[in-house]
This record gives sequence, structure tokens and C-alpha cells, in this order.
Amino acid sequence: MCSRFADRAVRAGTAVIAIAALAACPRERRTFHDSPPAASVAAESAKSVRSDSGVSREGPYGDNAYALYQGKTLFAAFNCMGCHSHGGGGMGPPLMDSAWIYGYEPANIYATIANGRPNGMPSFKNRITPQQIWELVAYVRSMSGQGSKAARTSRNDEMEVRAAESQTTTEKPVLVTPPPTVNPPAQEGHP
Amino acid sequence: MAGALLACAGCSLHNTQNALDASGPQSQRIEGLWWLFLPIAAVVWVIVIAVMLWGAARKRSPREGMETRGGAEVVVRDEARDRRMTRIVAGGVIVTVVILFLMLVADFRVGQALTMAPGTQAVPIKVTGHQFWWEVQYPDSVPNKTVITANEIHIPVGVPVVMELTSLDVIHSFWVPSLTGKKDLLPGYRRSLWFRADTPGVYRGQCAEYCGLEHAKMSVLVIAQKPQDFEAWRAAQLDSATTPSDSLALRGKTVFMGTTCVMCHSISGTSAAATAGPDLTHVGSRRMIAANTLPNTDANLYAWISDPQRIKPGVLMPATKLDPRDMQALVAYLRHLK
Repeated sequence: MCSRFADRAVRAGTAVIAIAALAACPRERRTFHDSPPAASVAAESAKSVRSDSGVSREGPYGDNAYALYQGKTLFAAFNCMGCHSHGGGGMGPPLMDSAWIYGYEPANIYATIANGRPNGMPSFKNRITPQQIWELVAYVRSMSGQGSKAARTSRNDEMEVRAAESQTTTEKPVLVTPPPTVNPPAQEGHP
Repeated sequence: MAGALLACAGCSLHNTQNALDASGPQSQRIEGLWWLFLPIAAVVWVIVIAVMLWGAARKRSPREGMETRGGAEVVVRDEARDRRMTRIVAGGVIVTVVILFLMLVADFRVGQALTMAPGTQAVPIKVTGHQFWWEVQYPDSVPNKTVITANEIHIPVGVPVVMELTSLDVIHSFWVPSLTGKKDLLPGYRRSLWFRADTPGVYRGQCAEYCGLEHAKMSVLVIAQKPQDFEAWRAAQLDSATTPSDSLALRGKTVFMGTTCVMCHSISGTSAAATAGPDLTHVGSRRMIAANTLPNTDANLYAWISDPQRIKPGVLMPATKLDPRDMQALVAYLRHLK
């Protein structure tokens, strides 16, 4: 009788502790007002490497499922697909493989989107807000399996050959040399 | 101004959502169903409550109870009363089934009437749901005669309109209570809804399926006009945006094309051709902004563009940080787009 009571008490206690422990699980936060953008692209992109700002190495949104999904939507809305296809590359380099020309750190990708890169990548810094660039950074990294797997999008809105980001294998990013600059052929009739 | 006042005098303003203020055959049928169901439900409710109170208050029959017979306790029942009660309950079940069946028939007949094909003269309109606004298209066999607008649907009175409903993100539901019942907008599906407005007026509608944080601020205006007014409106909407002549609005155009606006919105006749946000070609002619959250005034546009998240937290439009002078120019340009 007594031992059965003790057994029940232990079970109830375990359940209470387990429920109390759940409260410690962090809930994903979503902010409506992004922090004011830094004065320059360099300062804004430095946000991802500064440790005192409370921003993780993955950039502000690397582990935020809502932001990753927004990034995926913006990737289509801003016609990133026009050159990079759905990550497989086309006119622009592929984004779902391990090779990176201008750096794979969030700060590098931020600078790539904000400032543009030679051979065709346009500058978006006055066209889209820093918050949107960070969402795109998080999504672009998730295409090759970087960042939190739990937060990656699990569904494609359009027909795609590849699986959604949550099922993508994590590529180990490596830096590659940029392709040689192709000089446009001299136009006839111009001095 | 005088013309606008005269035009308004001709139409009664129903700028509220009221399913009991039906203005078309579809909504009249739905309203009729309501007026049939309400008294039945009221009478049934009163009877059920009365019977329940009677059952709780009535005394036990003096012939019922426990009796000791031959050393064992037995239950003694009032057989006559039990038979009477069985008859009452059985009668109640039959009446309930009959009432429910009659209501089912009435409901079926209304549903049948609502889905009756509207004929070949109907005006086709494509409505696409977005978080948190309505994209509206009037398709035409000639592609460049397709009208694209947002959040404000103009329809001719006396002519049925056929809506082709779909969604590009989550499930929404189109509901203009004074004109029609609800129909869900499902991503990946095309669904049809047809209705007719018989009285000119402005009818407010609302997304009726929870679609996200700003579901409550996703409303739509249906403006029913005389057919000739509708055709005039449609012809005006086909025009491309004109280049403003005053310097402030002209500067606003440069601001629009050079900042974040151009990434999501399109203005016909300019280089802005993105489709992530509402089409702004004739935004100045619309009555409301932000899916009918605010009246379309200079001050509201200024507040909305500066910080949409303050007015609709969770809306997908980001805040735009512009010099106040640029912002005034931008507002002037948008108001110019009649």
C-alpha cells in the first residue's frame, strides 16, 4: 500500500517536472519592427559576426522558421530564380552545392546581395530592406543545408525537382576561385 | 466633385456587412433561410427548455418507489405513466426528425438555387487571395484589355458576375454578406462563385477563414454600379499610368522607381512590374488602402508607407525609411495615380 503510494508520487512528480521543463523550451520569436539598419553594408553585415549583439553566427534569422519561409517567398518574389533557378543555378551560380565564390558566411552573403558582385549579380541595397536581405541570407544558406535543420522550410510551393530544404543534405562549404572575367567582345562601329 | 456627389446620391451606401440587408437574389435566398430557421429554432428552444424545467420540477408518482417484498427490495414502477412518457418521447423524436427534414429540404433548395448557372452574359472576375489583400482581375479575350486591381471590386448591377477564386499562399474565404454566401479560396484550386447585385451601392466583405495575423484587416469592397458606370470605370482602369506634370509627384515617381516599392508593386506604363504586392496603377482612384483598413488620404498613405507594421502588425510590407520630403513626393505620386 505504502510502496504503491510512493510509486504514484514518483510518477506524478516526474510528470510535473517534465511539464515544468517544457516551459524552458524557447519559443520562436517573431518581431514586427526590425532593428534600425546600420549605416553601411559593412556595419550591417558585421551584425552576424559580432557576438555581443546577441545575434548568432548564422545571422539574425538562421534558426527562425518564419524568416526562412519568408526568405523562400522573397527568393521567388524578387526573381532570384531568374538567374539562380531554384538553387540549381543557370545564368548565375548554383546555391545548393558546396562551392562558394564570394564566401559562405552570413556576412559574406549579405554583402553579396546588398552590394552585388562582378559578372551580373545586381546590388539590392537600396531596393530591399536589411530585414529582407537577412531573410534571404538565411534561406540561401539553408539551400545547401546550413543553419538549423529544424527551422528549414519543409515544403515547396512550386514544382521543383529537388526536395525541400529540410531534407537537403548538409554540404560542407568550400571557397572556390571566381571564374575569369569574360570581356565583352568589342562592338563594331564604336570608337 | 458635384458629379461625385450626384453619383453618390443615386446609390444607397451599404458600407456595412449585413447578411440581413440582402441586395441580390443569392443573398435574398440566404436571408430567407435565416428567417425560416430563426422562428423554428426559437420555438424548439423554448419547448426544450420548458420540458427540461418541467422534468426537473415534477414530483415522483405516488405509485413509484422501493418496496420490500419477501425480504428483498424491489422497484415498483408506475406502468401507465411510463407508457405515457414513452409516447411523448417517441412523438418528440418524430417531430424533431420531421422538422430537421423540412429544414434540410429548404437548405437544399437554397443551395440548388445558389448554384444555378448564371447564363452566358455573366461578367468574369478572377479573385486571388494573398496575405492579407485581394488581387482582382477582369480577364478579357484580348490580353491587354485585362484590368488588374486590388481590394476593390466593381460590378454592374442586374448582371451576374462569376468569380474564379484561388489563393497563392494559405486558405482564405470570400464573403460579402449582403451579396453572397462564403466560398473558400484554396491554394492550387480554382473555384467558382456567382452572384448578382440588384441595388447600386458599396458592399463590404471580409476574409472569413483565419489566414494569419492580419486576417481581421483583410476586407474587400464590392462597388455595384449601373452598367454604363461600370463600363466607364473599366475603360478608365485600362489606361496606363500617366506621368505627373507637377514636380513633387514627378519626384515621387523617381522615388518609387528607385527604392523598395518597385520590388513588389507594379504600375502599368512604367518599369515597375513586380507582382508580390497589390497593383498600384490606379491606386489614387481607390477609396481605401491596406485592404480597406484606412481611407485613402495623404496622411494615411504617409503613415502606412512609413510603418505598415504599426497599422497591420505582421503584414508582409516592410517599413520604408525615406527622407520626409521624398515621402511627401511619393504620396503625391501615388495620389496622382487616379
